[in-house]
Amino acid sequence: MPIKTAFKTEIEHVSILDEHGQFDAKLAEGLIPDDDLLALYRHMTVCRHLDEVAFKLQRSGRMGTYPQNMGQEATSLAAAYVLEKTDWLVPCYRENAGLFWRGVPMEYVLLHWMGDERGNAIPRELFCTPLAIPIGTQMLHAAGLAWAAKYRGEKQIACTFFGDGATSEGDFHEAMNFAANLDLPVVFLCQNNFWAISVPGKIQCSAPTLAQRGLAYGMHCVQCDGNDLFAVAKVVKEAAARAREQSRPTFIEAVTYRLGDHTTADDARRYRDQAEVDLWKARDPLIRLRGLLKEKKLWNDSKEAELLEFAEREVAGAVQRAEGIEAPATTEVFDHTFATLDPQILKQRETRRTSSLGQQSGRSASHAPAGGSH
Amino acid sequence: MSATAVREIEFRDALREAMSEEMRRDPKVFLLGEEVAEYDGAYKVSKGMLAEFGPRRIIDTPISENGFAGLGIGAAMMGLRPIVEFMSWSFSLVAADQILNNAPKMLYMSGGQFGCPIVFRGNDGAGGQLGSTHSWCVESLYANVPGLKMAIPSNPYDAKGLLKTAIRDADPVFFLESERMLSMKGEVPEEEYLIPFGQAAIRRTGEDCTIVSFGRPVHFAMEAAETLAAEDGIECEVIDGRTIRPLDLDTIVASVRKTNRCVVVDQSWSFASVGSEVAAQISEHCFDDLDNHVHRVHADDVPAPYASNLEQEMLPNPRKIRSAVLSACYRA
Ligand SMILES: Cc1ncc(C[n+]2csc(CCOP(=O)(O)OP(=O)(O)O)c2C)c(N)n1
Ligand SMILES: [Mg+2]
Repeated sequence: MPIKTAFKTEIEHVSILDEHGQFDAKLAEGLIPDDDLLALYRHMTVCRHLDEVAFKLQRSGRMGTYPQNMGQEATSLAAAYVLEKTDWLVPCYRENAGLFWRGVPMEYVLLHWMGDERGNAIPRELFCTPLAIPIGTQMLHAAGLAWAAKYRGEKQIACTFFGDGATSEGDFHEAMNFAANLDLPVVFLCQNNFWAISVPGKIQCSAPTLAQRGLAYGMHCVQCDGNDLFAVAKVVKEAAARAREQSRPTFIEAVTYRLGDHTTADDARRYRDQAEVDLWKARDPLIRLRGLLKEKKLWNDSKEAELLEFAEREVAGAVQRAEGIEAPATTEVFDHTFATLDPQILKQRETRRTSSLGQQSGRSASHAPAGGSH
Repeated sequence: MSATAVREIEFRDALREAMSEEMRRDPKVFLLGEEVAEYDGAYKVSKGMLAEFGPRRIIDTPISENGFAGLGIGAAMMGLRPIVEFMSWSFSLVAADQILNNAPKMLYMSGGQFGCPIVFRGNDGAGGQLGSTHSWCVESLYANVPGLKMAIPSNPYDAKGLLKTAIRDADPVFFLESERMLSMKGEVPEEEYLIPFGQAAIRRTGEDCTIVSFGRPVHFAMEAAETLAAEDGIECEVIDGRTIRPLDLDTIVASVRKTNRCVVVDQSWSFASVGSEVAAQISEHCFDDLDNHVHRVHADDVPAPYASNLEQEMLPNPRKIRSAVLSACYRA
């Protein structure tokens, strides 16, 4: 019996504006009008500046551990740009650009990393879930949000962000399997930055692309240049249409690189070569976009200088607002533990004693021994 | 109204009635889990629900506990009210991060933006020769976590009333059933009722010793109490906690202040357990009322054995409870 091919496929790689400034105007057609392009470039520049400021704040003790986004701004931004305002953004922690574009105030994210829960209290009407720090958990929530939207007959979709490392978690595989088998409108947007803290991609996945992981689930999958705003916009737009119209998920591998450390608690020089970093510095999404804008005669050095001043003012204002928020009252420690606090927690709050459930400082009248006999 | 006898139904029927009534009442409620739809549930709890509610609301999932727990959480964040069935709470261990690290913290960590009105339910506890890995009593392990509620009914009436409350609750509820009790029959009225959380039931009144228990061991406590009354002349007051979080401390404290002795029966292991918490609370609140230290009956500190006789020996049983009461009353 001749051996036949049971299945054969290819993984596409989408690139529109590459690191050398090559621009495929045909593929880019109708994707991003020039006005928007300017706004997106400005936005990315402000985000980049925030990263620099946040780093300094951490070093000077004004902020806790902070994960820089530097180098990866294009991915989440392009996604947030093409999605509807009512589509869910389900982030991990390197999606500042997308979240701010959606409308999350910059001071929220600062406040969060300064160590205040309230920074994660993103107003519901922005349709962004809280930053997810346990790796991978949010992908299942995205599947659930999409499932709920479908259940309610709403045309809302969910786009979830995660790293290359997260694709090794069970949650990833379970979320992909669910989304594919239950026909859920989810966009899985993997930011492959080649590193999970100090662990290289090879340790997470032995296949030549991460994108092909989607194949095993019978899901459409594609790879794109994650540092190319146009490429990400194109693939996310197509994925969103697939989700909205056919209720089918897509797995996107956006190839990118974090130019900074994993977080401010990390020193990436200990595990990666400077030559690799230099290679990716040349592939910076900001540089190529600026080049394109200049080529289109939309940008010049004086505009750039103005923008940098604007970014400084924006970020300084956000830092000031975040630092101006008063620390929560210690009684607030119990808030939001439950939708309605039960009597035992109320008792803990009242007595400020948290060493055990419902413990009292002294004996309450109702529980005092009859007649007080000793 | 004529004085007709209240009908009797099985524990599993009571659970199904609770879910079905709530699903009729609220289109936001749905059920998902392994085997819940086509197969009517591994233990037939959801029998006929697929036929009534259809595949949109009764959903067969892949074998993926962490997966459907997390998916349920996402749906709950969007305001739906999922009921997630674990075939056994033992299998919830692979979903620990979602059920302990996500559901009970979602509201807190989102500063009140995202609630998580979800019910996780399934069989808890040993006693069916399922071997150690399938015989978990998760109550002590999970009750430690703030942000979740935990109900553990001991009879069909409570099963229905508590499950309805659980489904309407705005917070995550861990609902602990027992495979050993699913066929148990009990009186369940036709009319609708709900049982609020945090209200224990006094199953038997007595003056000599309080026995506090939760779930299936309440029946062992009752059996022991009857023997103690008949053979030892000791009248026990048996309290069925019904919910572990919140815990009805007031009922327990009032009883112990009357009896001055207490035995806590908890089917989980003793170390850092529901039983040790209850004992600590009683020691604090009834310090001057106690004639003896609080006695505790737990599962022995071993993995649940496979052999039937060893398993019965390992779990709290009427003999162990009787001897604990005798000791608490200085009669042993
Ligand atoms: C469940 C879990 N395991 C481990 C960690 C610690 N941790 C935080 S970030 C990280 C690496 C994640 O790598 P990747 O998914 O590639 O995302 P990146 O940080 O590169 O954007 C690890 C291991 C965690 N937060 N959660
Ligand atoms: Mg990574």
